[in-house]
Amino acid sequence: MKLSLNFVKDYIDLSDELTVHQIAEDMTRSGNEYDSEGPLVSGTNLVIGKVLTCENHPDSDHLHVCTVDVGTEVLNIVCGAPNVKKGQKVIVAKVGAELPDGTIKKGMIRGQESNGMICALYEIGIDKKFLSEEDKNGIHVLPEDAPVGKDPVKYMKLDDEVIDFDLTANRGDLLSILGMAYELGAIYDKKVKNVDISHKESGEDINKSFKVNVNTPNCYTFLARRVENVEIKESPDFIKNRLIACGVRPINNVVDISNYVMLELGQPLHFYDGDKLNGVLEVRQAEKGEKLKTLDEQERILDESDLVISNGKEAIGLAGVMGGLSTEVESDTKNIIIESAIFDSVMVRKTSKKILRSESSNRFEKGIDPNRTFMAIERACHLLEKYAGGTVIKGRCEYNKSDLKDRVITINYSAINDLLGTVIPKEEVLNVFRKLGFTSKDNGNSAEVTVPRRRLDIGIPEDLIEEVSRIYGVDNIEGKLPIVPMKRGSRNNTLREIRRKMVNLGLNETLTYVLINEKEVHKYTTDDFEELRLLDPMTEERNVLRYSLIPSLVKTYEYNKAHYNKDVSIFEIGKGFFKKGEEYGENTKLCALMTGRYFDSLGNDQKVDFYVIKGVAEEILDYLGYNGRYSFVKPKNEIKEFHPYQTAEISVNNNVCGIVGKLHPNETKDDIYVLEINLDKLLAKKTGKMSFKEISKFPAVNKDLALVVDKEVSACDLENEIKKAGGKLFLGSKIFDVYEGEKLGKNKKSIAISLSFGDMNKTLTDDEVNEAISKIVERLEKSLKAELRK
Amino acid sequence: MEELIKKIEQDAEKKIAEIKDNKELQELKVKILGKKSELSESLKKLKDVSQEERPKMGALVNSVREKLENKIKEMEKKFEEKELEQKLSKEAIDVTLPSKKVRRGSEHPLNRVIEEIEDLFTSMGYDVVEGPELETDEFCFERLNLPKGHPARDMQDSFYITDKYLLRTQTSSVQARTMVANEEKTPIRIITLGKTYRREDDATHSHQFNQIEGLVIDRKETKISLADLKGTLEVFMRKMLGEKTELRFRPSYFPFTEPSYEVDVTCFKCGGKGCPLCKQTGWIEVLGSGMVHPNVLKMNGYDPDKFAGFAFGTGIDRLAMFKYGITDMRYLYTNDIKFLNQFDRMDK
Repeated sequence: MKLSLNFVKDYIDLSDELTVHQIAEDMTRSGNEYDSEGPLVSGTNLVIGKVLTCENHPDSDHLHVCTVDVGTEVLNIVCGAPNVKKGQKVIVAKVGAELPDGTIKKGMIRGQESNGMICALYEIGIDKKFLSEEDKNGIHVLPEDAPVGKDPVKYMKLDDEVIDFDLTANRGDLLSILGMAYELGAIYDKKVKNVDISHKESGEDINKSFKVNVNTPNCYTFLARRVENVEIKESPDFIKNRLIACGVRPINNVVDISNYVMLELGQPLHFYDGDKLNGVLEVRQAEKGEKLKTLDEQERILDESDLVISNGKEAIGLAGVMGGLSTEVESDTKNIIIESAIFDSVMVRKTSKKILRSESSNRFEKGIDPNRTFMAIERACHLLEKYAGGTVIKGRCEYNKSDLKDRVITINYSAINDLLGTVIPKEEVLNVFRKLGFTSKDNGNSAEVTVPRRRLDIGIPEDLIEEVSRIYGVDNIEGKLPIVPMKRGSRNNTLREIRRKMVNLGLNETLTYVLINEKEVHKYTTDDFEELRLLDPMTEERNVLRYSLIPSLVKTYEYNKAHYNKDVSIFEIGKGFFKKGEEYGENTKLCALMTGRYFDSLGNDQKVDFYVIKGVAEEILDYLGYNGRYSFVKPKNEIKEFHPYQTAEISVNNNVCGIVGKLHPNETKDDIYVLEINLDKLLAKKTGKMSFKEISKFPAVNKDLALVVDKEVSACDLENEIKKAGGKLFLGSKIFDVYEGEKLGKNKKSIAISLSFGDMNKTLTDDEVNEAISKIVERLEKSLKAELRK
Repeated sequence: MEELIKKIEQDAEKKIAEIKDNKELQELKVKILGKKSELSESLKKLKDVSQEERPKMGALVNSVREKLENKIKEMEKKFEEKELEQKLSKEAIDVTLPSKKVRRGSEHPLNRVIEEIEDLFTSMGYDVVEGPELETDEFCFERLNLPKGHPARDMQDSFYITDKYLLRTQTSSVQARTMVANEEKTPIRIITLGKTYRREDDATHSHQFNQIEGLVIDRKETKISLADLKGTLEVFMRKMLGEKTELRFRPSYFPFTEPSYEVDVTCFKCGGKGCPLCKQTGWIEVLGSGMVHPNVLKMNGYDPDKFAGFAFGTGIDRLAMFKYGITDMRYLYTNDIKFLNQFDRMDK
């Protein structure tokens, strides 16, 4: 909402000392933010001049060399406008003038001296969209009587200042100059003046010849009046200038008046060419597929959720959004029907969202004081009589279901101070209400406040408390901390600990987008789920919610590769989403991607391979307390994006919680390894508390064995068997070499393993150790057909 | 006799002094102190010395022996040190060559800021709670006093999955969830942080971003007030943006709070003097806040006649950008290793 200070000063006396900047700041402090403020015409150092001579430039086919009398001197000015002529009164920007496009300097233009500029209106700061065709294409020519040497901005009554407010959704009342006047009145403690709605009326009552039929619950008030014999012409300057200041393009006096009243009072009006109607206006829901050609000459196809105005036969306007072309006011229009109405805000909002957001629809969406509906139609009559020579016809068609009464709210003074944390005396509270234009009655501990209907946003005591804080000033409230019992705040540390561990393992944490492309969502998994799809994606590139984080990290790798980062080890903890049957759900997942160098060692760099990322997985599992409860097993179903022979499922307590492996060469030429663990699944498995175990005072005995087994026998199988046969002296085993070679025979491999034995209470004898080893070997020979390597 | 011993001593000392290495020294040692050495031989001559002189001469021989032994020992030590030094010097390395190490990881700057906020508020007795990112319309909007068709829903253009489900547009959904779960039983003092999503993408907005939300609700006797909210946000903002930060509360409108306030902080770039970042105003808008709307209390099972409280929320992405001087929002989500590696150290 653009506030013209000239306009609002019709209704409130503001001290001349108040600058536009100060007003904007004061409004901000009371809750009304602004985007910009300043003069309507931003050009400076402008003066009215008279063109004394105007000759063609000797070295140009379009420039003119002029002498211009500016009162104090005669200036030589080179002008490129096609319409400059001798004898015109013009706007001159003198040397030093600051214009939107730059500063005017003394200069030579193709050999001719030029000491200023003859200006078009858009050159001094009026947007082209507000200008007539002539003004868009050339300099502005002032009337004959314009006084040479005087300020042209003042002369044209464009000496206005404008604040462009960014209002909150609840303050529909401020979408009017009158509403702004009340707000400024509250801030500066000034009274608001009355609106002049006086006019004569004559002829036969409109109700005898015209009907208003409301056939929908979504229209609350509908008024109509008739004004005859209007003369369509240009608006007076003050109307045009105020429309421009408020961002509305002037068209002709009648159309301008409807916009002027909307800006002034916040009530959108619609003017119909009365001769194009046939005695009736009907409000109803549109029919499915109903067509309407709107003012912008576009054919709109409507449905039952649109509200229309009809002439009894067909739709002639979209209620509150845009009028229809067939009943438009044109240059030869004589008789007018004025519509002043209130339509359902949600309905207008839906239609306008679909078709056009307009000044009108915006006001209906935010809500309208029905008293203004009545005031606005009379104000329009007043202005049409005064500035369009119209004759107002007697009577008014009225349909009204709106409540016109003010709201009464009772509020305790202590409730105000309790909620604000203040000690504002009741006199001060009552003073705030008075400044706001609310009447109040003091009942001792409470006040009975009558809130004018225009303040649609105020309905409960808390709303009044906000008003008190606004006008009293939030800056006057001292901050403190709540007085509540002390306690330690709680939080779940697990994810933080996992993140720390991953960082300590040398991985960079990333943060990627949850929205991905549908082609990616079922990759890297064979899980059975339905992807979650956006109803209305912003781009097709991101139209579903990810299930796995792997696609996101692969994309991050590709980005880094393209940006010359080769060694990429990254991880992220985030949500994956799914639908299974009727269940919508999300899981927290840990994902890592590793490639390139992991251990940096001058000529002995360690590149990431399967065992590096497996190590990362084990570190996390061990750190979380799952030591000894997990295993890495060949995936049940082959996942086509993974290397078929370098991939394992992570199974905890025989339940698959994650995957680790190399990406399939079909996916990428690079050696990329990924890990993903479903943390919800994993962390659901309880772990014991960390506790101390006694350490044996006697040395452990280590024995190394080399065992030849079939290639298919996995390290895990071997170690499991050893564990089973180990007996109570067995402490643990560690594989330290694997060898394959022709000497061993086809399909054979040798695994070298170190076994360790010990006892809490004594040093073991050779016999005891040997006995344990032979039991192990015996079992391995039986179950795995293992042989001791000779 | 005495002269002979003195001479032996002098000869020996002279020879010792001329020795070049340990090997020669060992040979000499045998020569001087061995059984067949002059000194040992000289003892045999004691029998020719008078009875009275004998002990004296014996002592002299022993003292010379001891002296020579010490001299040799000293020489031995010298040679050993020299040898060790030679050996070590061959092991010389360039200590400025690169070290051997595992890659260094780093936490994402947004999560660093999240942790800082969590630590601040848990120290003030707030519990950190979590809620789903895939949220229902009911918890994201309706229970927060935002019925269908409410114009304020436009401020938060949403990603719907179905009529019912959407990606949460605000962490405020967790406010409603917490109230419903607590059922008036206990006062509430929580913060919640996490990802939020809105249908907008431009230079200053990402369709995915992070918010923190705080909620305090207590019985009316406790008188949780706007002043408390002000003080709390002062602590919060000064911790994040520096102790000199000033706050400005501007009345505003949010459907879930009444009264509502937007909070500006003094521009951290110019300190409030005015610069391009703050558009010459000296202030930057950072927070939305207010006293919990009675409708919100009622809709989530708290009697507004008995309970009151405050709520606040802010975007973490911008806080992180301010804190670390990150110039472009996109850095936060493109995850360039060169960007991530800059957050690999302890921060004061």
